[in-house]
Amino acid sequence: MDALILARIQFAANISFHILFPTITIALGWYLVFLKARFAATKDIAWMEIYRFWVKVFALSFGLGVVSGITMSFQFGTNWPGFMEKVGNVAGPLLAYEIMTAFFLEALFLGIMLFGFGKVSNWVHTSATVLVAFGTTLSAFWILVLNSWMHTPQGFEMIDGVVHATDWWAIIFNPSMPYRLVHMLIASGLTVAFLVAGISALRWLWGDRSKGIRRALKSGVYLAALLIPAQILVGDLHGLNTLEHQPAKVAAMEGNWETAGNVPLLLFALPDEEARENRFEIGIPNGASLILKHEAAGEVPGLNDFYAEDGTKLHPPVTPVFFSFRIMVGIGVLMLLTSWALSVKLFRTGAPGVWGARALVAMTFSGWIATLAGWYVTEIGRQPWLVTGVLDTASAAAEHPVPILGLSLGLYLTVYAVLLAAYIGAILHMAKKASKGENVPVPETATGPMPVPAE
Amino acid sequence: MDYPFHDWLPMAFAGLMGISILIYVVLDGFDLGVGILSIRATEEERDIMIGSIGPFWDANETWLVMAVGLLLVAFPAAHGEILTALYLPTTLMLIGLILRGVAFEFRAKAPAERKETWDRAFFAGSLIAALTQGYMLGVYVLGLDQSWGGIAFGLLTALCLAAGYAFIGATWVLAKTEGFLQLKAAHWARVLIWVAALGMVAISLATPFASPEIFDKWFRFPEIILLAPIPLMTAGLFVGLVMLLRVMPLSGDAWVWAPFTMTTAVFILGFFGLAYSFFPYVVPSQVTLWEAASARESLAIILVGALVTLPIIGGYTIFAYRVFGGKATALRYE
Ligand code: HDD
Ligand code: HEM
Ligand code: HEM
Repeated sequence: MDALILARIQFAANISFHILFPTITIALGWYLVFLKARFAATKDIAWMEIYRFWVKVFALSFGLGVVSGITMSFQFGTNWPGFMEKVGNVAGPLLAYEIMTAFFLEALFLGIMLFGFGKVSNWVHTSATVLVAFGTTLSAFWILVLNSWMHTPQGFEMIDGVVHATDWWAIIFNPSMPYRLVHMLIASGLTVAFLVAGISALRWLWGDRSKGIRRALKSGVYLAALLIPAQILVGDLHGLNTLEHQPAKVAAMEGNWETAGNVPLLLFALPDEEARENRFEIGIPNGASLILKHEAAGEVPGLNDFYAEDGTKLHPPVTPVFFSFRIMVGIGVLMLLTSWALSVKLFRTGAPGVWGARALVAMTFSGWIATLAGWYVTEIGRQPWLVTGVLDTASAAAEHPVPILGLSLGLYLTVYAVLLAAYIGAILHMAKKASKGENVPVPETATGPMPVPAE
Repeated sequence: MDYPFHDWLPMAFAGLMGISILIYVVLDGFDLGVGILSIRATEEERDIMIGSIGPFWDANETWLVMAVGLLLVAFPAAHGEILTALYLPTTLMLIGLILRGVAFEFRAKAPAERKETWDRAFFAGSLIAALTQGYMLGVYVLGLDQSWGGIAFGLLTALCLAAGYAFIGATWVLAKTEGFLQLKAAHWARVLIWVAALGMVAISLATPFASPEIFDKWFRFPEIILLAPIPLMTAGLFVGLVMLLRVMPLSGDAWVWAPFTMTTAVFILGFFGLAYSFFPYVVPSQVTLWEAASARESLAIILVGALVTLPIIGGYTIFAYRVFGGKATALRYE
């Protein structure tokens, strides 16, 4: 294995680990705000019980997000020094604004949100919760601006081989940013909706029939049912945008080797990069042409178009992009089916039923898988470029000896595997404890029940 | 040497970066120090010690992100060079910070029988982060010297910085706790101050001897007189600390914040000494801050943001510390 491959695996492992936790915290923060608002409006302690459970999951996810994020910010220097040297004039200010506007906001108010109950007034506590949720969303905004700019760069000029910003408005609102931001935020909402629904369904299966559990279950399932159609629509628009700006990525997603009309929508195939064709194709005739060009004869770009004059390949590796795309869309379809079927059932009978609950448990972490798959489509689909048309991945890499890279990669992978297991284990443990009613009871005062946050 | 002072943006950023590093070293320094000391505490004491830093550590660590972010955005060329040279210690530091950060959460949320394991991870993570930061400081001071001599010096500064962090951590615990734990903290501080002082002396001596240029900057006339207050004040604070710690804690908790404040002052003085030595280099004796700086128009955009946001960040920081002022208790988690 050469150093470049190791460095890429390391970066991909780090970012894949990191993204798991922001995906949860972005939407979970807003969900906690929603729970607080419901409690304030109804004074029903069941809402506070849900809050007390999920605020702990939030704290845990946030902690993991922060430590893996810090690793991310060092990766640029340790592994991709060429990135900042070439595009630092654009990437730098965006990262700096993320730190100054978002990271400090969330980090400073997190302490008050988690431990400040009783030390500050309820009003300040709610504001702190809103500010933390807002901060995580703002982080996502800035980093996605940067990431989208890497896909569809605009608003710059090259001076002596280095990117210089000319138009910040064009940089921030680059063509793929709105689609990527909305799609990612909805992905976060779906991930949390299925996490809440799945853990609540598990507690329901364990025999927890409290009012809080029914409420949490319903809120998760209804939220998912609302978001998934929007996600599919936005995904489709995102794909059309990609077709315009990064046609090679779409060709790889569709597994289409030759530019042509009447291209089928492949449900399954084994792309073969050597032979430059697919095996075992199963497809819907004219499907891809219809989705991408809205007519059966519409021409879909093929991978054969993406070769430089000297014969070097300018399209991404096909197999990972092709399969990741199918995993994401497949999970999207499953999400649609489960959330709608269970919405109907919950609305009619008020309970998920054993099989419904089992289905939700199986889908607990489906948002994670779809999100990772989606990011693999996006990021691998951009190869061989790091910044489309400006900087290729190989020339940004640092030259470290292979054993050193192997060592650091091995360390990270070990730590991440342990932490992932511990994270899921801790959530299950907290769910078990809460189902057995081992939580500190909510104190009653003369004026009614007193909200207590994280115990 | 003549410096292009009219080109002031790179200097402003070197200043901002320096301040971020300084704030990080003081704030996360005491967090990491408390983590190192936590191994010597009983379980209940540990809950209180960790409770005393729980609401702050995340924000404190954000200053590291800020410092490395500024290095990254303002001096991209130096950033690549420094972090590639310090690849392994950086990786180890990150792993230390990961362990320390997650242990905060897991010790309270994982099954009770794992609590002790996470407590050890908390200690180990804090110690690794402190040691590797000290090592990097030593190697950087010698101009990224990776010879055996450089490594040996790095190991010495690793130990001393860890002791320095543990020392400021002890002064924090001293101020934030009462009873037996407070007595213990005073005892820790009395021992650790000597190791921390050794580190400061070692770095202060090594820096001028590592580079004739730095030697000249300190020991030529009239600088030697103008600069004399830095070592003299440091020595004075040191003597004051030793005497004060002998009698701490005082009845009625008098002067309880004095050791922490004085130690912060020592950190600040040490930092200014280093900053003076290295100016105008970002990579010692190799790359000046003007050579490494990124495009001025991008720096200007960031500076505007920094001037608006930093006062606000300062405001929230003060607010957060006031909310959690007073003596620490164990955090209310399950
Ligand atoms: C819960 C997660 C989730 C679900 C159910 C879906 N996606 Fe997605 N998708 C993402 C989560 C995601 C993501 C992780 O958030 C990505 C990666 C980058 C981005 O902006 O969103 C993504 C990227 C992404 C891209 C790549 C765009 C590019 O980089 O050029 C396309 C074309 C789609 N999605 C399309 C869809 C369609 C048609 C879906 C229909 C079911 C769908 N996604 C469901
Ligand atoms: C939004 C911020 C992001 C930035 C700035 C970013 C930046 C980068 C960079 C610099 C690389 C180069 C390394 C390489 O090509 O191997 C890369 C590749 C990659 N990234 Fe991202 N990334 C971001 C988000 C993500 C997310 C959220 C994921 C996945 C969950 C992801 C997955 C990957 C993968 C799998 C590669 C490897 C592609 C390959 O090498 O074939 N990225 N990205
Ligand atoms: C190369 C890419 C990335 C870098 C360098 C990076 C860096 C960081 C850092 C340093 C933190 C910790 C902040 C703190 O101290 O509070 C963090 C947290 C966070 N990041 Fe990232 N990040 C990257 C990719 C992403 C992506 C792709 C997203 C989402 C779309 C994201 C969203 C967040 C959020 C919401 C947080 C808040 C903490 C949390 O929720 O866990 N980041 N990131």
